[in-house]
Amino acid sequence: MTEQAYNFAYLDEQTKRMIRRAILKGVAVPGCQVPFASREMPMPYGWGTGGVQVTAACLTPEDRLKVIDQGADDTTNAVSIRSFFRRTAGVAVTGATADATLIQTRHRIPEHPLTEDQILVYQVPIPEPLRFLEPREPETRKMHSLEEYGLMHVKLYEDIARHGAIATSYDYPVKVEGRYVMDPSPIPKFDNPKLSGCPALQLFGAGREQRIYALPPYTSVVSLDFDDHPFDPGKADHDCDLCGAGDSYLDEVIIDDAGGRMFVCSDTDFCQGRRAAGHIGRLGAPAGAAA
Amino acid sequence: MANPLTAETLGGGFDDAPIQSARAFRAALDAMARPGRIHVIAGARPPAPLSAAAGTLLLTLADGTTPVHLAGDIDCDALRGWITFHTGAPLVPAEAAVFAVGRWTDLAPAHRFAIGTPEYPDRAATLIVEMPVLEAEGPVLAGPGIRDRARLTLPDPEAFRANHALFPLGFDTFLTCGNRVAGLPRSTRVEDF
Ligand SMILES: [Zn+2]
Repeated sequence: MTEQAYNFAYLDEQTKRMIRRAILKGVAVPGCQVPFASREMPMPYGWGTGGVQVTAACLTPEDRLKVIDQGADDTTNAVSIRSFFRRTAGVAVTGATADATLIQTRHRIPEHPLTEDQILVYQVPIPEPLRFLEPREPETRKMHSLEEYGLMHVKLYEDIARHGAIATSYDYPVKVEGRYVMDPSPIPKFDNPKLSGCPALQLFGAGREQRIYALPPYTSVVSLDFDDHPFDPGKADHDCDLCGAGDSYLDEVIIDDAGGRMFVCSDTDFCQGRRAAGHIGRLGAPAGAAA
Repeated sequence: MANPLTAETLGGGFDDAPIQSARAFRAALDAMARPGRIHVIAGARPPAPLSAAAGTLLLTLADGTTPVHLAGDIDCDALRGWITFHTGAPLVPAEAAVFAVGRWTDLAPAHRFAIGTPEYPDRAATLIVEMPVLEAEGPVLAGPGIRDRARLTLPDPEAFRANHALFPLGFDTFLTCGNRVAGLPRSTRVEDF
């Protein structure tokens, strides 16, 4: 049930209208950062206040909400946001990617392919991909308006000169529909290919920086690269130790004081789904037998 | 001047604004994100001749911060009163509008509307065009939100082609008919007609 002390999805109607107008303009100009007047939320910045406001503006009572933090549904951050919307919007919640209609995420794209019936909302800390090159907002605005992205390529090329490869492994910049350079939020570059041609609508909310941007379904998204150094999303040298998946993004976990390590899917729903279907990795126990 | 506080003016709004506007926004969002798809959008019952879809879009998106332009027969006492009462939006000429509502022939020439600035392309008008028919047929559309190709009834394909040529500037459009809505963002290419 919705608790009566709150408006639906917590925010007042005027605030939701303002955010909704910004979302629509973001959708109309893919990859372009649209300013909005971020509201105080009952959680600190860094807890995804931008994503929370976008989610609040999009939710309907019919939604099934999933919230992930670096792929996991059970972190404090994810649990808190899910419970916030269960209380203030009365929506159903789920951990299963395939069952969710709206997924709010911090730093991952789920492994399970998204569908046309889903919206993925990203929590974004720093929305401006040019910020580390140019701290002044009017200047970065001008650079975007003139498609002045040469410095960005220079920075990436310096990586190659120094390390022999582009060292950026997350927050890897992309170009949207051949026009705007966009920060995909701190997802691993492993996830970058999933941004492009995605059947789901992707919305990005930065609370402290007060920006919203969007990728409509089936938008072309290209990771910046060079002819002689094409983009490489990377791939772990391991399979998941619990479910044996060879194509998922893995976290390294220390398992004992002797420095023993294991590699497990960062997407906990994906990993559990595979184990439930009978896939077992190097250190995995059959589903149901694990502690 | 007509009595501003008629039942027609005071009625026809949302009975449960938070829920109805949430559902209406999702329809509008999906329409704008997937050009060519036609969605039902309802909740408002505006005075004639405004459609339920156009009225619902206004109640969902317009307020005292968003000047609205009413074109042609939409610009009548009943609707001026209804929109002012329910949204608080100031009614303005085309050039100053954040939202503009009317039939295409009354909204034209479309180059009067705000197309945003190079630094802030979002500061562009949204047109709500009342259509006599709205079907997934006619000119071929391509671009973001469209997997392959889509078709949609357009009032003036050449005008939307010219608008797309301004990208990333340009106005964005909702097409409305009865209780149905489709979206046509500036990013959409009108391929042949
Ligand atoms: Zn796994």
